[in-house]
Amino acid sequence: MATAPDAGDHTVGEAVGHSPDGVRRRDFIYVATGAFAGVGAVAAIWPFVDQMNPSADVLALASIEVNLAQLAEGQGIKVSWRGKPVFIQHLPPAKIAEAQAVDVSSLRDPQTYDERTQEGHRQYLIQIGVCTHLGCIPAGVAAGEVKGDFDGFFCPCHGSHYDDAGRIRKGPAPKNLVIPEYEFLSDTNVRIG
Amino acid sequence: MSFGWSKPYEPKSDFGKWMDARLPLPRLVYGSVGGGYEVPKNINYFYNFGVLSGLALLIQIVTGIVLAMHYAANTEVAFSSVEHIMRNVNYGWLMRYMHANGASFFFIVVYLHMWRGLYYGSYKAPREMVWMLGVVIFLLMMATAFMGYVLPWGQMSFWGATVITNLFSAIPIVGDTLVTFLLGGFAVDNATLNRFFSLHFLLPFVIAGVVILKIWSLHIPGSNNPTGVEVKGPADTIPFHPYFTAKDLFGVGVYLIAFSIFLFFMPNFLGHPDNYIEANALATPEHIVPEWYFWPFYAILRAFTFDFILPAKLWGVIAMGAAIVLLFFLPWLDSSPVKSMRYRPKARMWTWVLAADIIVLSWCGGAVAEQPYIIISQIASMYYFAHFLIILPLVSRTETPLPLPASISEAVLKGKESTGAPAGQPDSGPAPVAPEAQPAE
Repeated sequence: MATAPDAGDHTVGEAVGHSPDGVRRRDFIYVATGAFAGVGAVAAIWPFVDQMNPSADVLALASIEVNLAQLAEGQGIKVSWRGKPVFIQHLPPAKIAEAQAVDVSSLRDPQTYDERTQEGHRQYLIQIGVCTHLGCIPAGVAAGEVKGDFDGFFCPCHGSHYDDAGRIRKGPAPKNLVIPEYEFLSDTNVRIG
Repeated sequence: MSFGWSKPYEPKSDFGKWMDARLPLPRLVYGSVGGGYEVPKNINYFYNFGVLSGLALLIQIVTGIVLAMHYAANTEVAFSSVEHIMRNVNYGWLMRYMHANGASFFFIVVYLHMWRGLYYGSYKAPREMVWMLGVVIFLLMMATAFMGYVLPWGQMSFWGATVITNLFSAIPIVGDTLVTFLLGGFAVDNATLNRFFSLHFLLPFVIAGVVILKIWSLHIPGSNNPTGVEVKGPADTIPFHPYFTAKDLFGVGVYLIAFSIFLFFMPNFLGHPDNYIEANALATPEHIVPEWYFWPFYAILRAFTFDFILPAKLWGVIAMGAAIVLLFFLPWLDSSPVKSMRYRPKARMWTWVLAADIIVLSWCGGAVAEQPYIIISQIASMYYFAHFLIILPLVSRTETPLPLPASISEAVLKGKESTGAPAGQPDSGPAPVAPEAQPAE
């Protein structure tokens, strides 16, 4: 590298931006441009990803309200929530006592009846009616349906048996029936989701 | 083209060598858009529009696939499914506006790309196939754009589809049967909408295929350049990468800024408000026009208002088709051995008249079908055909072109001082240029 005679100790390389460690001023421009383009590209890609998420009309139906005033003791109904059935049952006191008496340590997915219902609304058992094995709808909520070996629910696809509190007892399913998020707005009005 | 002096691909890493012996994809990329593709060093910003057309096609395909995830091609729900995209789908408004404005921008860059080819004589030997494949792409684009415009199922969609499919009814004897066949019914209806959706999805991929053929055919002779003088030696070219990748990226930036201005500040400027009214088979809008990019051809269609041996309706259809098919024969209609209009003062003047003529046709095509627009489009249509069929063949045989530079490199270094001295020979001094015939852009 030639030395510029009138520039004191400065070399030509330094004058055009070469520092002794080989980094040039222009390197900063390259990195800045690349970083700006990279951030821009990520920002531009996001809408193309987000468009696959549930749209506003789907989210608007993500919670439902159900009036349970007509649901008599011993009855059960199915309601549709987020495209899936939700089982809502009004259990008689005898059933509740029976479900509360089960020794949970013997269960595959230990859970007490009280953990599966809400304080003050123990008689209402609300659970998502989808088998935790591979997603079929177990029978047992409506009158006359097969209830399985534990007088609860029976999934016809692969033979999972649930008890009357929706706890898995026998068959391939790994978990109890899922309890959705819900809130009682009054004694008989419940909002699911 | 790999000229003799192109740097060959040499894989550096072990993986690169392993790959090169099995699937030489990096070699293909290097040789076609990398350091191994030598390009004339004097190509100007008009040469950005090829890459920009490719970008526009990519944007249309990506946003189109997204829209197809949310759109329903059924007359009962098509219109409301588009509103669903606009209001409910996350960023759906962005996807739809990108697609709708993207179509317009695709045509803008393609028209500028075609103009570049016309002005610098890129259609001439040895690049006739590049030009003709371009005309094929243009035809496919027109079909795709037309069918896409039907999908939102608004009033313009419906009546545009009705008018354009009825063009085929002008064909003698089989016309009406053909229209019924194309529509899948006696009027534009659900069957029409469904097949248009299917074909609108298919054709962009056909376009992509023809684009590959076009790039292939381009890379055999290599790019033309503003002088129209073929590459003669290593001094005339520089590698595509990094020189033109950088220049194209700059062009992409400018394009995206212009695109964003429309997208975010005036997304409906290029559209028509009547298409926000749902299709009604019992009422035609008062003023029905196609999208702006069809205006010149629409003006030619409407210019025929009188029967002459054949019915006026048939003449209009024949003329509109011929206006495009004509372009296939351009390489042979223009027989001048000089490519670039820079060195063809007479042809250059007529080519600018053609540009003005096409602008006049566009203006008439977007206007109402009344006087004085009809008589203006008749005159302008006449010029359009006269330009290609009479003026260009005559001028190319009679004009005296300006002296060409000895090479691209000489043109770059000496400008108009360069004469027609053969490569390697010293120049004989400034060329005797007539004062009224200066080389110009």
